[in-house]
Amino acid sequence: MKALAGYLAGLLFGLGLAISGMTDPARVIDFLDVAGDWDPTLMFVLGGAVVTTFIGYRLVWRRQAPLFESRFQLPTRHDFDARLLGGAALFGVGWGLSGYCPGPAVASFVGLSAPLMAMLVAMVVGWWLARVVSR
Amino acid sequence: MDIEASLSGLVGGILIGLSAIWLMGSLGRISGISGILSGLLLERPRGDSAWRLAFLLGLVCGPMVLMLLGGELGNVAGAPNEVIGAPAGGVGLMVIAGLLVGVGTGIGSGCTSGHGVCGLARLSPRSMVATLVFVLVAMLTVFVSRHWLGGAS
Repeated sequence: MKALAGYLAGLLFGLGLAISGMTDPARVIDFLDVAGDWDPTLMFVLGGAVVTTFIGYRLVWRRQAPLFESRFQLPTRHDFDARLLGGAALFGVGWGLSGYCPGPAVASFVGLSAPLMAMLVAMVVGWWLARVVSR
Repeated sequence: MDIEASLSGLVGGILIGLSAIWLMGSLGRISGISGILSGLLLERPRGDSAWRLAFLLGLVCGPMVLMLLGGELGNVAGAPNEVIGAPAGGVGLMVIAGLLVGVGTGIGSGCTSGHGVCGLARLSPRSMVATLVFVLVAMLTVFVSRHWLGGAS
């Protein structure tokens, strides 16, 4: 049941990324290119997602617990440290260079292009490196 | 402005939001792609991996469904029937970008989905700051690579 719930969440997420055009790095880079021929699509995607989630989370949190688990697992930290800011900055450089953040990169898998496969492998290596550094 | 593309963006964004609500309502989890996948691949937590793997499969299946439907619902710029756009550079550039995205989201605890969508919706100060930083740095990166170096991307 938990796996089915996870699959459904992934499927909806993948559909959303594809319908919105976030599986097209050119759209993402054109959004980031504020000095060029600006493409506002990403703003509508993020705006639609955040507003929907903002409302839905509050409805869901009225319940005592999620459907298939005993509790909600939410981040509890409130501090700003160098890792949060430095990590976000490094991610920003990679995102700007490629037009891929992790979701669209994975969702674009069926494109089966060599550059994308290289990106996915490098991303996993990066996650591993981050864990080594954090130890 | 391309109204149709913006509308598709809005519809897709709402679907992403519904996915995030469903994952919170069913499993009590934040929809952070980098966290879900790095946890699956590098930690394989017992009893906590099946849903991550299923999420990954669903994420890959979503765009495939659109392709099977003929691709009209895709929103690739300048290519009406495409669902997946072409990468912005070659293997070398993508390896560098992939490492940066992996290390950055790894030590910064999140990406566009975890900080951007879920974190902003939770009004988390950490996520607001992280989102502001990675969007601004990405804009700066595109500015430098496109308008100063006139290069690859």
